Formats: sequence, structure tokens, C-alpha cells
Amino acid sequence: MRFFDEMHASRDDVREHYKVYDRWLGRQPGDEMQSRREEAEMIFRRVGITFAVYGDKDETGAGTERLIPFDLIPRIIPAQEWREMEKGLRQRVTALNRFLHDVYHDQEIIKAGIIPAEPILNNAQFRKEMMGLNVPGDIYSIIAGIDIVRACNPDGSGTYYVLEDNLRVPSGVSYMLENRKMMMRLFPELFSEHRVAPVAHYPDLLLDTLRAVAPAAANEPTAVVLTPGMYNSAYFEHAFLAQQMGIELVEGQDLFVKDDFVYMRTTRGPQRVDVIYRRVDDDFMDPEVFRKDSTIGCTGLLRAYRAGNVTLANAIGTGIADDKSIYPYVPKMIEFYLGEKPILQNVPTHLCRDKDDLKYVLDNLGDLVVKEVHGAGGYGMLVGPAATKAEIEEFRAQLLANPSNYIAQPTLSLSTCPTFVESGIAPRHIDLRPFVLSGKTVQMVPGGLTRVALKDGSLVVNSSQGGGTKDTWVLET
Amino acid sequence: MLNERIETRLPTHLIDGDAPPLSSATKASSDRYAAPMETKPMLSRTADHLFWMARYMERAENTARMLDVNYQTSLLPQSQEAAMHGWTGLLSISELTGTYLKQFDEVTPRNVMTFMVGDINNPSSILSCLRAARENARAVRGALTTEVWETTNQTWLEFNRLLKEGALAEDPGELFEWVKVRSHLSRGTMLGTMLQDESFHFQRIGTFLERADNTARLLDVKFHARNTEFFGSGAGNEAKEVDFYHWSALLRSVSAFEVYRKVYRNVIRPEKVAELLILRAEMPRSLVFCMDEVVNNLRAIANEHSHETQRRAGRLRADLQFSRIDEILATGLHAYLTQFLDRVGDLGYGISRDFLMPS
Repeated sequence: MRFFDEMHASRDDVREHYKVYDRWLGRQPGDEMQSRREEAEMIFRRVGITFAVYGDKDETGAGTERLIPFDLIPRIIPAQEWREMEKGLRQRVTALNRFLHDVYHDQEIIKAGIIPAEPILNNAQFRKEMMGLNVPGDIYSIIAGIDIVRACNPDGSGTYYVLEDNLRVPSGVSYMLENRKMMMRLFPELFSEHRVAPVAHYPDLLLDTLRAVAPAAANEPTAVVLTPGMYNSAYFEHAFLAQQMGIELVEGQDLFVKDDFVYMRTTRGPQRVDVIYRRVDDDFMDPEVFRKDSTIGCTGLLRAYRAGNVTLANAIGTGIADDKSIYPYVPKMIEFYLGEKPILQNVPTHLCRDKDDLKYVLDNLGDLVVKEVHGAGGYGMLVGPAATKAEIEEFRAQLLANPSNYIAQPTLSLSTCPTFVESGIAPRHIDLRPFVLSGKTVQMVPGGLTRVALKDGSLVVNSSQGGGTKDTWVLET
Repeated sequence: MLNERIETRLPTHLIDGDAPPLSSATKASSDRYAAPMETKPMLSRTADHLFWMARYMERAENTARMLDVNYQTSLLPQSQEAAMHGWTGLLSISELTGTYLKQFDEVTPRNVMTFMVGDINNPSSILSCLRAARENARAVRGALTTEVWETTNQTWLEFNRLLKEGALAEDPGELFEWVKVRSHLSRGTMLGTMLQDESFHFQRIGTFLERADNTARLLDVKFHARNTEFFGSGAGNEAKEVDFYHWSALLRSVSAFEVYRKVYRNVIRPEKVAELLILRAEMPRSLVFCMDEVVNNLRAIANEHSHETQRRAGRLRADLQFSRIDEILATGLHAYLTQFLDRVGDLGYGISRDFLMPS
């Protein structure tokens, strides 16, 4: 299979936007990069930029904290490519929010026959509680993370595809910010040789967005970040964002609801909370409505929400729009709601609940990637070309037992980027997650988080599966 | 204006309990010319973590101090019995004799050090205290400055590394010194970088409640250990020598040996040691100094529920301010300190109820 390499058009031909970097890299002695890598690791540990691994305990009894491997070689995106991608992201997220408003109100898109009712109404991600409820600005997914990959065309050029929309609680933005900080610290000279678009104002945009979606009655809105607690894998990010925005990081136990208003317990008594940037899944938000055994939510929260006295970012029930069974319809949503041609492409997707599609998938299991409809984090999927015969047969049985639980896509030749690995510098597969903020307007910082599959040949970039990250540069040339 | 400034620098112990607040904490709000500025209230849970973060760091330092003194003393020629006194005393200060004896058959310096330095199952070991300080800090890292968080985190990471490399066996004195320096550093970082708002005051209260508790325990045990000698045993030269090392060890464990000389310019006498560590307001580890800090910081965070706790803290400070050491010794030091520890415990409970875990 051919891959599109972000840096090299061919073995000896460095792409225009990587030329300056390539010359700089050539001047670095080999052990210099190694010592920089060790320095970076030391700093990440000291700063405590770690993620917790579920279930693991170290010898001292504390949860195990791991570093997400950080790669020293940046992923560079030419500015004109980014501008096009930005337009596409804006369009896509706007349409997705229109869709969310529609499914929880008049369901015009179903009536128009664009999307069948069944995969929406019978979906566990569809929250009846949201029917008819109005949210500020009609915005549901206030913070969205859109996963984008670049695949190789037969002529050797590359095309960006949206692999997945993350409209619930997308994470990773803190790594985007810390990676940039680290690069500027390790290689300041690189930044004087390149015009790299800054990203450090993300927390400002986020706070601005959160305030913009506050209930209309709150004139000096108080926003907080709600975390499941310090043993959550993304705890660092929750604490980081709260600190950067200068707002409180709360846990469920810090909140209570009285007369349909939400308060937090402070040293000077209860204080009203108007906007909750929640990093807790729907199921755990309110034991009165969702899972009764949740200890990380807040009893009565949904009552306050329904009364319009608090904004949840993101809204309850956004999962219906990023479900893999809905994903194939996003281009049609864009045309239906906005009357525009989609700027960003979808990956061609087979829905296994469709008879013809299922037959095709079963006949081609060895070439396809098959995913669970509700799966995430790289779990529960089959990568045909990388799987053994036995694994394929095992998966075939699972698929036949419950076809509608699966979708299949062609195995995309994810683009590669030179990466610093044990054996030296070698190409590794990457993706990109830009973060899109929707408040009064749709805003984003240039680039996003680039994830890299560190194992040779691997296409799985998730940090839970041995993925790493890179700094992402949007470069004016 | 100049005078006002000088006045605010007066040691607060020179001012009556009911005098207007003059601590740096409340200075801004009491300044007639300053525009009123609103400060944000903080989460009770955050305050709780900050309070305990500071307490655990202080406790780690105090444990290192006690271990250091015992270790230094053990290098001097002394009777087996005297040497053991130090180590058993250390366990009883921390109320850990029982836990210790479950793990070890006898009290030996090596075992006590192992138990008190790197045993994660002993909640008072330095390792456990540093972990607790770090976990509390991690829970509220957003409320800390980057410097404070990184100092606390780095202390924990480095201490683990030192233990793994065998620093305790190699040079215990140096390891204890390292812990003290890290504690100084974390306090200094806090003083030098943190906004002096509520979160600062809760940390200060944690530090000084813990320190008061520790100084009182230390005094109690050390006086208990020399009980027979203290009130009128036959004083041979040998006994005097033992006394000197005993009391100078106690002073050194609170960095007060040189301070004692400076304050009293005299030989070391037990009642003066007690006076220095209980009643001298300029001695930063004395009970009255600690209570002074507690009262002032408490005043800065007062809320509508905290009146009774403040009253009790003020009362405790006043009792110390107006005491004389001969009276205390006449009624019995042990009884006095026991009562003091109860009152400090009661304050901790009150603070917790008023600020940290409101219903």
C-alpha cells in the first residue's frame, strides 16, 4: 500500500513546507535529539503531565501515572491547507449542531426521509429527556473534536477525510498546548526560523465560549469544570483547563441543587453555578435520571437543566450525532441544513445492518476496518489487513451475531510523518484532532492535536493503545 | 503613611487579642484608602486539600527532624539505655509504638528509621507524608501556582528516587537534611508565589496547627523521658552530661540550639528550654508563635459559622501569651501539654466543620 508522507514527496524530495525544518534537522547531531527527548520526558514528569491507567497500581499503592510519549518532530500543515480545513470544520460542526437541535425538536430530517428513524430513535445515545428542551443558542456540542486523517490517492496526492466526530467529551487539547510549550522550550531557534501560528490562546477562546452559552438570566456567569476526580485518566487536562481559565475545578460532591439552581459549596457558603464544562459522561451526570449508582454526578442537575438555570457543555445527548451509525449521513446533513456541498470528505462507510452492505463486508473482511458502532478508544475493532485468519473468523462470528452493531470502512492508508523512534527517524502513521468551539461564533485555534502510532505499521493512534503525540504547526510560508 | 507601615510590622504578639487586624492578610481590607475589592470564595474541598497538603509537608519535615536528632545523638558515646530512649520516644510521639511492634520484634535504630522513612504502610513515614502532600496538591493543582505544584511533585518523585538508590543506608543525615530543605523550599515557594488569598491562609493554618502539635508532642516526650532527673535527682557529673546532650538534642530537633544561646546566653536548663518552645513569641516553632499564626490566618478567612472556632483559637493564644513557665511547671508540664494538644485537636475539628466540610 502507498502512503502519503507529510514531509517527503519521495525519498529525496522534501515538501516545500518542511524544507527549512529538514535543513535544521540535518544540522543536529544524533545524540542531541536523544538528549532533548530525555529532557522532555523529565519535564513532563515534573510538571505532572500524565494520564492514569485504569486498574493499575504501583508498589506505593497510588494509581499508575504514565506519560504520553511525545515526539520531537513536528507535524507541519501549510496555512492554505488549514484554511480550507477550518472552513470544512466550521461547516460540519454547524450542521451537526443543527442536526442535534432537529432530532430533539421537530425531527425534520427524518420526516424528509434523509435519515431513517430507526438508527436515531432506537439508539441508546438518543436521550428522550432532551426532547423539546431548548439550550442557549441552540448549541449542543459546544466543544467538539473532529478526527481527521489524510489518505493517499492513486496519483500519490493526499486527501483529508473525517474519520470520526467527537461531540461528547473530546479530550487531548491540553497535550496540544503542552506540546507547543515543550517545543518552544526545547528548540527556541526553530520558532525564529518558522512562522508557526500560535495556539496558546485556546483557554481564552474556551472561556469566552462557555460564557457565551450561559443562561440568558445570568449576567456575570460563573463557569466551572466538572471532573470525575483525580483518578480519571484525563484528570491532568481537567485541572489544567480550569487553572488556565481561572475557574473552579469541581467534583460532583462539590455541587448541589436547590430550587432548581445549581450551587457549589465554598468556604463562604453556597455559590451559584451557571455553566458547567463537564468532563463526565451523560450516564453519570444525575443519579435521579441516569445511572442511580453514580457518585460523580449531582442529584437534581437535570431539573436545573430543564428549568434553563444552568448550561451543560456539552449538552446531554450529543452522542446521537457522533454515533458511528449516524456518521455516514453527515454529508447529507450538511446539504439538508445548510444547503452547501460538504467541504470535508467522509470515509466511505458500510452499515452492516444493511443486507447488501453486510454481504460485501463479510466477503471482504480481510481488507476492511470493522468497528463497533458505539466503540471508542480503538477497542472492539478489526483491522483486516493486520489481523490473523483466526482473528478474522472470530470477528466474523461476532459480526453475524449482531450485524447492526458494526460498520465497516476501507482500510485507509493513513499518512505518515517522520518520527523519532528507537532505530532513528522513521515514518509513522498519524491523525489530527482539531478542537472546534461553538458559542456566539464558531472558533478554533490553528491545527489541533496530532497523534502518532509509534509501533511500526500500526494504524491505531490512541494513547490507550501505545500512541504518542506531536506538536502541530500551521505554517505560513 | 510611613508610620502606618512601621506599625504593621510590629510583631502581632505585642497586640491585644481584640486589636484591629494587622496581619498582612487583612491589611488591604483595613486600609482606609484602598478601594474595596471583591475576592472570590473558594471550594470547601479545595481548602481542605490545601490545608492537608501543608500539614503533611510540615509533618514530613518534623519526622525528618526527629529522626535526624536521634541519629546524630546515636553517634555520641552513650549508654545503651539512653540510646534506646530516643528511639522509643520517637515512636511514642507519633503514637506508633503498637504499629511498629506488630512489624518488628525489638526497637533498633535501623528498624525505626526504615519504618519512619520509607514504609508506605506507616501513615506517618516521610514517604507517606510526602505522598499525601503530593496527592492533595494534585487534587487541587489548579489552585496552586505552577511553582508550588512542581516543587511538591518533584519532592515526591526525587524522594522515591533517593530511597531506591539507597540514600537512607548511605547517609541518613544527608537524607533528613534533604527533606528539611525540600520543606523549606515548598514553604518558600508558597510564600513567594501564591496569591495571599483564602487558599494561602488555609495552607498557613495547616502548617502551624501541625507544627504546634509536633512541638508539644516533642516536649512532652522529651520531658517525660528525663522525668526522674528533672525534678531533683542527684546530679552527678555524668547525669549533667547526659542532660546536656538530651536537651541540646531536643533544641536541635527544632533548629533552636543556637537560638537558645542567643536568647538566654546561658547554660542549657530544662525550664528555659520549655519556656523557649512554649512561650517565646519570636521563636518560629514555639507554641505561642504557631497559635499566633493560626489566629491571624483564621481571622482573614472568617465566615458566618466560624465565630466559636475563632474565639477558642484566640483564647488558646491568650492563655499562652499570659502564662509564665514556673506556673506551667508547677501545675505539671505533661498535664499542660496534654490539654494543649486536646485544644489544638479541637481547633482542627472546628476549622474542618466551619470551612472544609459545610453541610
